Amino acid sequence: MNRKLTDLWVGLFVVAGFGAILILALKAGNLASFNFSETYQVLAKFDNIGGLKVRAPVKSAGVVVGRVASVGFDDQTYEAVVTLALDRRYAFPKDSSAKILTSGLLGEQYIGLEPGGDTAKLADGGKIKATQSAIVLETLISQFLFSKAAEGKSDSKAPDSGITAPPGFTAPPVIGAPGGADASAGKTNDKSGTKGETKDKK
Amino acid sequence: MRLLIEAIGHWLIDAVAKVGYGARLFGLTFRHSGMAFSRFRLTIAQINFIGNYSLVIIVVSGLFVGFVLGLQGYNTLQRYGSEQALGLLVALSLVRELGPVVTALLFAGRAGTSITAEIGLMKAGEQLSAMEMMAVSPIARVLAPRFWAGVISMPLLAALFSAVGVFGGYIVGVQMIGVDDGAFWSQMQNGVDWKEDVGNGVIKSIVFGIAVTFIAVFEGYDSQPTPEGVSRATTRTVVSSSLAVLFLDFILTALMFSRE
Repeated sequence: MNRKLTDLWVGLFVVAGFGAILILALKAGNLASFNFSETYQVLAKFDNIGGLKVRAPVKSAGVVVGRVASVGFDDQTYEAVVTLALDRRYAFPKDSSAKILTSGLLGEQYIGLEPGGDTAKLADGGKIKATQSAIVLETLISQFLFSKAAEGKSDSKAPDSGITAPPGFTAPPVIGAPGGADASAGKTNDKSGTKGETKDKK
Repeated sequence: MRLLIEAIGHWLIDAVAKVGYGARLFGLTFRHSGMAFSRFRLTIAQINFIGNYSLVIIVVSGLFVGFVLGLQGYNTLQRYGSEQALGLLVALSLVRELGPVVTALLFAGRAGTSITAEIGLMKAGEQLSAMEMMAVSPIARVLAPRFWAGVISMPLLAALFSAVGVFGGYIVGVQMIGVDDGAFWSQMQNGVDWKEDVGNGVIKSIVFGIAVTFIAVFEGYDSQPTPEGVSRATTRTVVSSSLAVLFLDFILTALMFSRE
């Protein structure tokens, strides 16, 4: 009798313990969303991957379609080689492009996959040719500073133009010119177009 | 001066000899653990004693650690406007660190001491010698069942601790403070990996279980068969198993989570 009771309590304890492990794996962990479905591997080469890590999500249209399987370095082309493990359920056109994006302002980095228009699909071991590197904040800032310095020099040549902002950031309003009335329209123009406009004004 | 050097040398030799004896006993416990499994009832009785009787302290501590994590985590996270990540913070810190470590420390205090005291008193009462006289190995009959019971109980207790802690964090974070319910769970599921985090936490707790229970068993078996000796052995169990847990935690964390 007493023995039976001990067995019962130990059984309850063991069941509760394993139940807790299961809850942790299912409810707190990602075992439930972990799909054991097959994946296929696709290579992508980037000039700079920034802070991309293994197991970072690969998203298309915001939906996770795969994970970064490995990150390597190619010493022939001096590029980063990223292997993506994509879910077999999703096929992508051969000319899809991969971008390294950041979720939020300071969030983790992930790969955004944009489908192309090719009828042929990416196969296992395929390569994504069109890639866009991570945006490195330091490079961005130095580009901004250099363009600002360059603008300052051109300003000294033509002192009548008082606006010092680089053309890519805020287009100076051009009175009478169509599309130059607001800054956003000026932004959509490419750099040379905006420059041309400002030169016309000068 | 000569006495001092002699004392230091004596202490050093004793310490090294004790480590050697411990290693030998560890091997012996493994070799004699046949009975712990062939007569599994012995082990079950010990699991009942070690596991079930530790349940209350583990569950209550887990709940309160979860509460505190919820409060503290919320205070820190809301400063950066990311209180949505509260579930992730609570679950990761529990599953990776606090669950195994705090459980092992409580386990050393609750179960380790009682194992040491029991075996020490058996030795003081010459029960162990009596067993040897009857050609029953005390290592197989007394030590091994306790050792395996501790090794089996520890990961289960740690998992219960973590699960209850996550629930405690949920109570404080979602029910009391009002963090979004969906974000709490979804962020947790996004960030906690079942293999990397939960699995490694379980491995940690198994290693801690081996360390704590073996130290308890060893100290009891090695104690001086006097009331004073048993009390000293019990103290040593708590001190050295707590230190061993913290040391092993550092090593395991460095091995498991240092890549990236």
